Amino acid sequence: MIYLRLFISFLQIGLFSIGGGYAAMPLIKEQIVDINGWLTLKEFTDLVTIAEMTPGPIAINAASFVGNQIGGILGSVVATLGCVIPSYVIVLSLAWIYFRYKNLSFISGVLEGLRPAVVALIGSAGVSILTLAFWGENGFSLNLSDINIVALILFLASLFTLRKWKVSPIYIMLGTGFVGMLIYMIIE
Amino acid sequence: MNKNMTSKKNTSKGLSLYWTLFSSTFVLSAFTFGGGFVIVPLMKKKYVKDLKWIEEEEMLNMIAIAQSSPGAIAVNAAIMVGYKMAGILGALITTFGTILPPLIILTVISFFYQGFSDNRYIGAMLKGMQAGIAAVIVDVVIGLSGDIIKKKQLISIFLMIFVFVSAFFLNINVGILILFSGILGGLVVIYRNKGKGRASK
Repeated sequence: MIYLRLFISFLQIGLFSIGGGYAAMPLIKEQIVDINGWLTLKEFTDLVTIAEMTPGPIAINAASFVGNQIGGILGSVVATLGCVIPSYVIVLSLAWIYFRYKNLSFISGVLEGLRPAVVALIGSAGVSILTLAFWGENGFSLNLSDINIVALILFLASLFTLRKWKVSPIYIMLGTGFVGMLIYMIIE
Repeated sequence: MNKNMTSKKNTSKGLSLYWTLFSSTFVLSAFTFGGGFVIVPLMKKKYVKDLKWIEEEEMLNMIAIAQSSPGAIAVNAAIMVGYKMAGILGALITTFGTILPPLIILTVISFFYQGFSDNRYIGAMLKGMQAGIAAVIVDVVIGLSGDIIKKKQLISIFLMIFVFVSAFFLNINVGILILFSGILGGLVVIYRNKGKGRASK
């Protein structure tokens, strides 16, 4: 039955993630962490990190990773198929309509409306990850001394580098990974 | 039309088309880091410039459909290309070409993950990367929300704040929020088009 649950969860992720890139992230977090508890928030953050450093769309990466953690290789295949079946059906229908009528204005209108929502949802999942990085798995606290200073500095330095020089995220991951390894090994 | 002629004329030519569809999407997917926004320009180069299968403008429309549909943009764009070149079977082939590399790589990583994250060095590295990935996502959100705020459309800005509060503080289901926003977006388009129609009359 676990395969059916994997399939249905990733079917929903495939069906509702609109807007590409990180748009799938809030849905994956909701299904995997909040609803089914298949990964902790920390494991989910690791997954996003790994997805950032490996080729392929984040939703497919997540499906393969979580599928295998929960149900072995068959689990990865089932989750990945669940994730692409909505695309296959919907894109083919739109392709059929497009090659017949060549009119896109309504579709792009709906997409226009979705964009602010997608940005907000990515922001929401991002704040969860930020909270994890700063305060660990205990979650947000108002006590400033609970903040992980190393994480705060790494975060600010990374954000500054990204905004100022527009470097590829891969270098940020490699940099923070390397510096993090050095510092955390020394202080812990 | 072109696709029917090529696949019916002779099987070997059909097979070689299928093989090119599979191998091109497989290679693009295996060596592209960073998802849809990176892979789509590369696909454009491959199919418009290198293989000359698709006209530039048609490719842009196909990408627009890929971006407006649910799911991963890279997969959607591959489906469009496959369908255009070889119908439903072609789309199936390009879908598999695109999902196989991440499927294989992440399944392998997943096998090693438990041991990996228990390792002190890797654990410390992943902890450092948490701050990095948080910065990457905040950077993406700053860029995207900046684009929306610059357009100065109140309804978009309101919707953005509303959805953030609903998702983060009220834990409202993400799918419901997407459906709600899509319907609202559609209604706004219909309303605006009506307004334009009246104005032009």
